Amino acid sequence: MSSAPPVPAPAIPEAAPGVKPEGRGGGWIVRITVLVIVVLWLIPALGVLTTSLRPEALADSTGWWTALANPFDSSQWTLENYSLALETEGFGNAFLNSLAVAIPSTVIPIAIAAFAAYAFSWMEFRGRETLFVVVVGLLVVPLQMALIPILRLYVDGAQVGRFLLFPDLDLNGTFLGIWLAHAGFGLPLAIYLLRNYIGSLPSSLIESARIDGADHFTIFWRLIVPLSVPALAAFAIFQFLWVWNDLLVAYVFLGGTRANQVVTIALANLVGSRGENWHLLTAAAFISMALPLLVFFSLQRYFVRGLTAGAVKG
Amino acid sequence: MTAGETSAAEAETQPRGPRALWVAILRVVGAVAIPVAAFYLLWSTFDFLRDEDANRILVVGVAIVVGVAGVFFLYWAMNRAVELLPDRYRESVRPYVFVGPALVILSVFLVYPVINTILISFMDAQGEAFVGFDNFKFVFTDDSMLRAIRNTAGWVILVPLAAVSIGLAFATLADRLRRGEAVAKSLIFLPMAISFAGASVTWRLIYSYRPEGFGSNIGLLNGLVTGAGGEPVPWITLEPWNNLLLMVIMVWMQTGFAMVVLSAAIKAIPDEIIEAARIDGASEFQVFRRIIVPSILPTIAVVTTYMVINAMKVFDIIFVMTGGNFGTEVIAERMIRWFFISGHDGRGAAIAVVLFAAIIPIMIWNVRRFREQEATR
Repeated sequence: MSSAPPVPAPAIPEAAPGVKPEGRGGGWIVRITVLVIVVLWLIPALGVLTTSLRPEALADSTGWWTALANPFDSSQWTLENYSLALETEGFGNAFLNSLAVAIPSTVIPIAIAAFAAYAFSWMEFRGRETLFVVVVGLLVVPLQMALIPILRLYVDGAQVGRFLLFPDLDLNGTFLGIWLAHAGFGLPLAIYLLRNYIGSLPSSLIESARIDGADHFTIFWRLIVPLSVPALAAFAIFQFLWVWNDLLVAYVFLGGTRANQVVTIALANLVGSRGENWHLLTAAAFISMALPLLVFFSLQRYFVRGLTAGAVKG
Repeated sequence: MTAGETSAAEAETQPRGPRALWVAILRVVGAVAIPVAAFYLLWSTFDFLRDEDANRILVVGVAIVVGVAGVFFLYWAMNRAVELLPDRYRESVRPYVFVGPALVILSVFLVYPVINTILISFMDAQGEAFVGFDNFKFVFTDDSMLRAIRNTAGWVILVPLAAVSIGLAFATLADRLRRGEAVAKSLIFLPMAISFAGASVTWRLIYSYRPEGFGSNIGLLNGLVTGAGGEPVPWITLEPWNNLLLMVIMVWMQTGFAMVVLSAAIKAIPDEIIEAARIDGASEFQVFRRIIVPSILPTIAVVTTYMVINAMKVFDIIFVMTGGNFGTEVIAERMIRWFFISGHDGRGAAIAVVLFAAIIPIMIWNVRRFREQEATR
């Protein structure tokens, strides 16, 4: 549970409409401070982007900032690093592998968590509160606690006496193995966020559907899922970014073989093998960041709104 | 839903005698059927994917279809199966079909591993023979482990402190901008979207150092140093300051998160309170210290907790930047080193248990806060 931030703060309502009262605007000190921080924050990313677009000889001999002195000199710029990284260094393949890992690892836990969240919110069964507290408690079990036993399950299976608990399926190094692991690690947060959201839907809505004769399954599919789109989307974006950016789980369960490696592993390997080939390293790094940045920019509003909404409803 | 209604409903669904046994069996079957069926569905569909040449786009496409449609279909089928049960069983079995699959997966992938890891932490390298507390003795006596614990303590204190302070300052200042607040905030938030591995490469370029005769120094930091007439510095191997330089990477990535959440909390403070304080003659700094900070204290606590846990588990940055060399080892990185690279399951598990034990107090606090929240619902 590394980059999916659980934001269970009860005290975060939606931002008020952005009308600022007169006289609250900042002076030039505020403006300059903000500008300085923003520039500081952007410099590292600018360095990577610039270096990745420079020819090898130049990138290796002069600092990237020198390129910014005469940006219109076309001999300074090239796209060759990207084609080199994508083809020769296998980042095209790694990109597809990352997709093959990240999309199912996002969708499977959401489907399972949504049903569980509905049951925790609107169905009656013994131990409901206790079970839910246990799920919330699992939120902070560090990933590291799960790695060794799950790898052993994947490699050897598990038996108690002659009774087979978990078959030896040789799941290590397969996509299915890493999907299941990510689904397991993502579930507590998914259930927690969705339960907060689904549990706060008006009960009159569910009760009137019951009176009209709808069963739980129909209510869930026709009523709850459409109403929960903001929460579902918020979690989907988090989980997708988390899985895409994950290095540890992929390293342990998928391994570093070239055919199966995801972008983060490929990048870490490249640092090891070609740590001083900056034209390649930066292009590869940018390839690994491209999709998360695209997701971030295109879904940003939806994502922050969904997140805060889910958090308020708690 | 009031307490009275709940207990009435519970009493109704509490079966007795042989019926209770049947209900219990049906509940277990209902809970296990979906995960097992889903697993075999995925398993049989994807057996061919072991073939390394399988088309990746096809893999992704089939995975999405099976992952969404398949899993959903399984719930639907189980729900229909429950419908076929006699009336008196139906409603007491159905919740377990909904919640059961999640509980089964959590048991296999989180609950069982926690117990198993604790057991293995008392075992030898292969995780077979019992060795008592040897692994824990190792964790608290080995030089490199002690350095890792000390470094992790540094991460846990300094990273949240820096990220929350800068985030709070930036949120407060950006709130006063007449224009451009959204753009400024999203630019600070941007590093949150990329991976630790990507961020590490980004900062490796800034810290890059080449000794005399190995080419020119193209790192920004050494560019500044040489520009000012100094000698280039090997930042990454510069003990103990390299630890601080690695922490900067995490601060760079996580400040945006603190800032966005704190900014939402600041905007939730009613304007009247702040205006009233201003009319009473409070300076801007007094408004910040006496009104803004106290009002958002719960949010600050939440954000800090989240950062503390993340800092405790930091792994990728160290793994990519230094591999734990040059005195930069941290607990989570040592765990992988011992378990995965050196193949010593016992020591790896013991390190994981120590990490877990350090997180438990925060966990108790989290659950307690959740309960308080429930009480005021």
